[in-house]
Amino acid sequence: MSALFEFCLRMGDNTLVLGHRVSEWCGHAPVLEEDIALANTALDLIGQTQLWLGLAAEVQGEGKSADDLAFLRDAWDFRNALLCELPNGDFGQTLMRQYLFDEWHCMMLNALRSSTEKRVSDIADKAIKEASYHLERSRDTVIGLGDGTTESHARMQAALDYLYPYVGELFVADGHDEAATKAGIAPDLASLRDGYDAALSATMAAAMLTIPDDKFAHKGGRTGRMHTEHLGHMLTQMQWLQRAYPGASW
Amino acid sequence: MYAQMVKSTGEGVKSRDEMSPEEAAFQDRIDQDIKIEPKDWMPEGYRKTLIRQIGQHAHSEIVGQLPEGNWITRAPTLERKAILLAKVQDEAGHGLYLYCAAETLGVSRDELTEDLLSGRMKYSSIFNYPTLNWADMGAVGWLVDGAAIMNQVPLQRTSFGPYSRAMIRICKEESFHQRQGYDIMMKMAQGTEAQKKMAQDALNRTWYPALMMFGPSDKDSVHSAQSLAWKIKIDTNDELRQRFVDQTVPQAEYLGLTIPDENLKWNDEKGGYDFSQPDWEEFFDVVRGNGPCNVDRLAARNKAWDDGAWVRDGLLAHAEKRAARKTAAE
Amino acid sequence: MSKEWPLWEIFIRGQHGLSHRHVGSLHAPDAEMAIKNARDVYTRRNEGQSIWVVEAKHISASNPSDKGPMYEPSESKVYRHPTFFDIPEDVGAM
Ligand SMILES: [Fe+2]
Ligand SMILES: [Fe+2]
Ligand SMILES: [Fe+2]
Repeated sequence: MSALFEFCLRMGDNTLVLGHRVSEWCGHAPVLEEDIALANTALDLIGQTQLWLGLAAEVQGEGKSADDLAFLRDAWDFRNALLCELPNGDFGQTLMRQYLFDEWHCMMLNALRSSTEKRVSDIADKAIKEASYHLERSRDTVIGLGDGTTESHARMQAALDYLYPYVGELFVADGHDEAATKAGIAPDLASLRDGYDAALSATMAAAMLTIPDDKFAHKGGRTGRMHTEHLGHMLTQMQWLQRAYPGASW
Repeated sequence: MYAQMVKSTGEGVKSRDEMSPEEAAFQDRIDQDIKIEPKDWMPEGYRKTLIRQIGQHAHSEIVGQLPEGNWITRAPTLERKAILLAKVQDEAGHGLYLYCAAETLGVSRDELTEDLLSGRMKYSSIFNYPTLNWADMGAVGWLVDGAAIMNQVPLQRTSFGPYSRAMIRICKEESFHQRQGYDIMMKMAQGTEAQKKMAQDALNRTWYPALMMFGPSDKDSVHSAQSLAWKIKIDTNDELRQRFVDQTVPQAEYLGLTIPDENLKWNDEKGGYDFSQPDWEEFFDVVRGNGPCNVDRLAARNKAWDDGAWVRDGLLAHAEKRAARKTAAE
Repeated sequence: MSKEWPLWEIFIRGQHGLSHRHVGSLHAPDAEMAIKNARDVYTRRNEGQSIWVVEAKHISASNPSDKGPMYEPSESKVYRHPTFFDIPEDVGAM
């Protein structure tokens, strides 16, 4: 399959899976204002999914739709980073996951605005505006909770400790990534790392949180080689109607 | 309705002779459709009734997120997921606007929330029913939001300024809720056999609970009489219920679905449908806490509130620290 | 019960160059979060171009019982309104 197709899946599965996770909060957030804000984030991510998976389906050329790709692939065909599929945990873990993703997402989208593939840069132009706001909000919340009470600080440190090993995967390129970089579709992933680390350090310093020393990185989501157990459970919910009633239109 | 059986003073409407000069002037303003604003003088009974009504209305919006939220992660397409999420998010917004309106009467959102969580205050009976198949998302939008709109459109003219303004904003947003519900119903009713079955099943389960939303007949209620006089209630429960049935029957016919009522029949004389009353015994059971989902709904709200305490405290502590650092630097 | 976030009044300037208008209120721990919350709560249907937030306790309001002295004197200054003056139609638009 083409580098462009793979690339679109990786972008679209990130937003699909993370958007789904964030949408799980609806009706259960700590305060109404946060409930509404989380729903906005989820809505943006679902909208971006429609664009990325729509483009993937178009490139694939088998007459499929974004919905077909979202609802009818099994876990091994998903190409999202593991970070996105991890469970929500408490509100702090959700916002920490969001921040770690948003920081990467913004750098990625910014680079994609100069993609040689016009359809990619068009999506990036639209998505960057949404992602920038997500980042502003998640960064402020991570800082606020990190530098809040003793309890909120401890919870945010626990969230960072749990999630940090899933950050590295965002910067590890495989053959598909290299092909996309070569074709001018996407930036070299490794080239984003320094900027990311600098931003992360600044945020965590403001949040009074300590970045773990260990740079070990779990991998396998973006390549599809090995997802976490969590993804399968998410898909059983997400895909249930489409699977149980094949061919129905909704 | 979203606010059901709201108790007023219980003393009945005062005659002009019984009113103090202030009360008479107040009633005059209401009769002339002049809005009452938070700092205006108002009878204590008016203030208290409004807090109960707006509070209950707000609680209903918030608890009302849960039955539909139940299907967000199972929505069958990306577009349906987005629409449903946006719709449920709107309900959170409605709750927020209404709590703010209540706050102008001197009660805090936290106080109202505590009253909801402890069960001291009620929310609409409808949200104690489960959503069991995808067509319920259609039926809820079509019937539940439809019934709510019946009540909320006239409430835009209610006498209390902040309540009226909240209702105007809410009604503007509500207009898409009912339509998205009906849109789901159309798809289902025109779909496969299984989908048709889901649609009919959803209608069967939602019909009577939707009729209950308007509350038992209140033509003899002293509470409603006072609320009508104060224009915090605009129509009687029976009027609204009749209007709802008359509007809904042709919509069900269009879908090819059957309303589960053998007595449903057009009555030329009254220019409306005759229909069966819901089981009011069941209604009172639900109100007393014995509906199919009462326990789960309150547990979910309590969990969200309790689990969120450290977040609310943490962000406030940070804001206070920052403010203190800023003052120290100046 | 822990402490409640302060209440903020939200003013939004819409698309068409009108002034900021009061749209409602919300709770937030500080001004910056109030602006973000206002963006999420009150501009979901792209109503907004600019947001002002004011903590509710800082708003001073006129007393409703002063309505007479506050607003009625202006009722008699009808000459402030353009319709007060009869200009012959022949003069054209004015
Ligand atoms: Fe609503
Ligand atoms: Fe509703
Ligand atoms: Fe609604």
